[in-house]
Amino acid sequence: MSRFDEIAIVATAQTPARRRYPDSEASLLLDLTNQLLAETRLPRSAVDFTIAGSCDYLSGLPFAFVSNVDGFGAWPPVYESHVEMDGAWALFEAWVRLQVGDIDVALIAGSGKSSPGTPREIFPLQTDPYYAAPLGLDPVSVAGLQARALLDAGLATERDFAAVVARSRRAALTNPNAQVAKDVSIEALLAEPYFASPLRKHDLPPISDGAAAVLIARGKRARELTDKPVWIRAIDHRIDSHHLGLRDLTDSPSTRLAARGVGVHAGPLDVAELCVRYSPEEIVLRRALELKDDTPVNPSGGPLSGHPVMATGLVRVIEVANRIRAGGARRGLAHAASGPALQQNLLCILEAA
Amino acid sequence: MAERCAVVGIGQTKYARRRGDVSLEGLVREAALRALEDAHVGWQDLDAIVIGKAPDALEGVMMPELSLCDALFAVGKPIHRVHTAGSVGASTAISAATLVESGRYQTVLTLGYEKQSDGNATWALGGGRSGSQGAGGSFAPWIRNYIQRSGAPEHVGWKVAVKDRLNACKNPYAHLQMPDITIEKVKESPLLWDPLHFLESCPSSDGAAAMVLTNAEGAKRAPRPPAWVIAHAKRTEFSQFPGRDTVKPAAGVDCAKALYQKAGITNPRKQIDVAELYVPFSWYEPMWLEGHLICEENEGWKMTDAGETELDGAFPVNPSGGVLSSNAIGASGMIRCLEAASQVRGTAGAYQVDGAKVALGHAYGGAAQYFAMWIVASDPEPRYRGSR
Repeated sequence: MSRFDEIAIVATAQTPARRRYPDSEASLLLDLTNQLLAETRLPRSAVDFTIAGSCDYLSGLPFAFVSNVDGFGAWPPVYESHVEMDGAWALFEAWVRLQVGDIDVALIAGSGKSSPGTPREIFPLQTDPYYAAPLGLDPVSVAGLQARALLDAGLATERDFAAVVARSRRAALTNPNAQVAKDVSIEALLAEPYFASPLRKHDLPPISDGAAAVLIARGKRARELTDKPVWIRAIDHRIDSHHLGLRDLTDSPSTRLAARGVGVHAGPLDVAELCVRYSPEEIVLRRALELKDDTPVNPSGGPLSGHPVMATGLVRVIEVANRIRAGGARRGLAHAASGPALQQNLLCILEAA
Repeated sequence: MAERCAVVGIGQTKYARRRGDVSLEGLVREAALRALEDAHVGWQDLDAIVIGKAPDALEGVMMPELSLCDALFAVGKPIHRVHTAGSVGASTAISAATLVESGRYQTVLTLGYEKQSDGNATWALGGGRSGSQGAGGSFAPWIRNYIQRSGAPEHVGWKVAVKDRLNACKNPYAHLQMPDITIEKVKESPLLWDPLHFLESCPSSDGAAAMVLTNAEGAKRAPRPPAWVIAHAKRTEFSQFPGRDTVKPAAGVDCAKALYQKAGITNPRKQIDVAELYVPFSWYEPMWLEGHLICEENEGWKMTDAGETELDGAFPVNPSGGVLSSNAIGASGMIRCLEAASQVRGTAGAYQVDGAKVALGHAYGGAAQYFAMWIVASDPEPRYRGSR
């Protein structure tokens, strides 16, 4: 990836994941934007490009994203864009935009409030509108199919799923932004009843509201803005077929492609934050990424401990960046996902100076 | 810029009130395949896909890149989805151009669409709340304000409505085909939102529009002349605040200034040969001529009234028939950008502007608060007419 210019994350901000924020998405974004500007001592006018990711459907309001402009500031007018995708894809576009070379600083945000609706009723609208959506095939059921495929293929056991949950819940105890954190044994988890067999309630992410934002800058500017820039060494995203019948749900070819694209194993990996929304997804991702058993995965607790949709992927980037800034890691992998059964996957390699 | 970007393929669907003959997949493929054919490239040559559309609620499909990726041969590739309200088609083209300019990807397919007959656009345009006044209801007071400020006579709006519909008769893809339209008919059509009459308003269409973008190396292989992306700009401002100029929004002014500066344009009225402006309601033609600094304040309506914006006028606007003749919202901005490209490629057929070398594509959205514009030219280093 050396033909690309150096771009670094210079500041990060996130709200804690909560079941419900009474405030608007815009007010969450306003707080985060102000935090980032205060930390870097930048005036709003020094941000050359702003890009946000959010989803109208969460609040049931077409053009809901328009009010978010109030949060990250647009007066005087700003150079700005919006993706109807997780904020991690906004980061991708911002990284690409800075590569053009004519601007230096970008603000990226992702925000989502699931509390106004019922995600399990809304998300079937993500599926093919002619054949799948009328069946109401919701993400929990799809995750259940993926879990069943893993069990049937002998690639995982229910105990493996519970182990992912136990480790994530425990890790979340040290994460002030986590919504769910608990010291719980695998046995206790396995004693719980099924929710959507073979999944138990704890194999699902909590329903969360929240937002996340980062400031990135090109090489020289990044070094001016912080003593601890976290370099985005590579970023790539790929998608798999939408049709579940055409997919091997035990694998994630798009993750494998993106992993080759970013060179996951071109260096030692000190940490990985994966967008594990359902515990079986960690099994799929670890295999597709060919992670070593001792690579720490989701020390933040991951999405199983807080899942602010549309920010969850960007939070993975932030968690890796923060760990690198704190000196706990030198090189890390962040992963974001979209769609049923990990259909679309984004990978980002972050590194200390 | 690391790389130059060129438009080498253009594809559009026939726009219609209802394209009941195709699924969403069929609709986007119709435009995409025509763009690929125009560029003489195959799906396998595409490095990335960038799609855009207005709210997902218009069709009731959430994050449609997920269910359209197979139809667009995006499996195994990056597919990116933009949404910036009405400006989205132009924003999507600009995001795709950025992917090429960055040097990250060589050849990118960009596509905008809307299948408005699947839902209720007026409901969605009211933010999903009941009792929507529709887009026309939001813009009418600002149009009235423009008329008051500029002293423009009422017939200017009617003239735009007639001109764009007659232009559309030369465009086989255009939704509305109204060869018999007259000033009298526009004036006599029902008043929807004072001062806007029914025939001064855009239709609600189904349709898709696509472009193949590539870098200089890719452009060498293109069988037809490329349109070079000379500059692009975007600006956004708040929906509302005290003192906001809703007739000539600051974001529109800033966007135009940034665009012309990047393109090296000092006199847009002389140096731009043709413009495709986002005019969903007749009066927005003179309003954007002024709002994007193509002419002085209060002069836009005089350009329209004098016939300067006609197909054979000094500054042709919307020779394709514009948004007033086809409005599949998510595609509309993309159409402005690709019609601008088509003009400088010399492929605009019956509505070709003679000798067009530099063209402007434009879109706006939200409460006239999102702006996205690009300049395309037949020459990668355009020498502007009358620049000295």
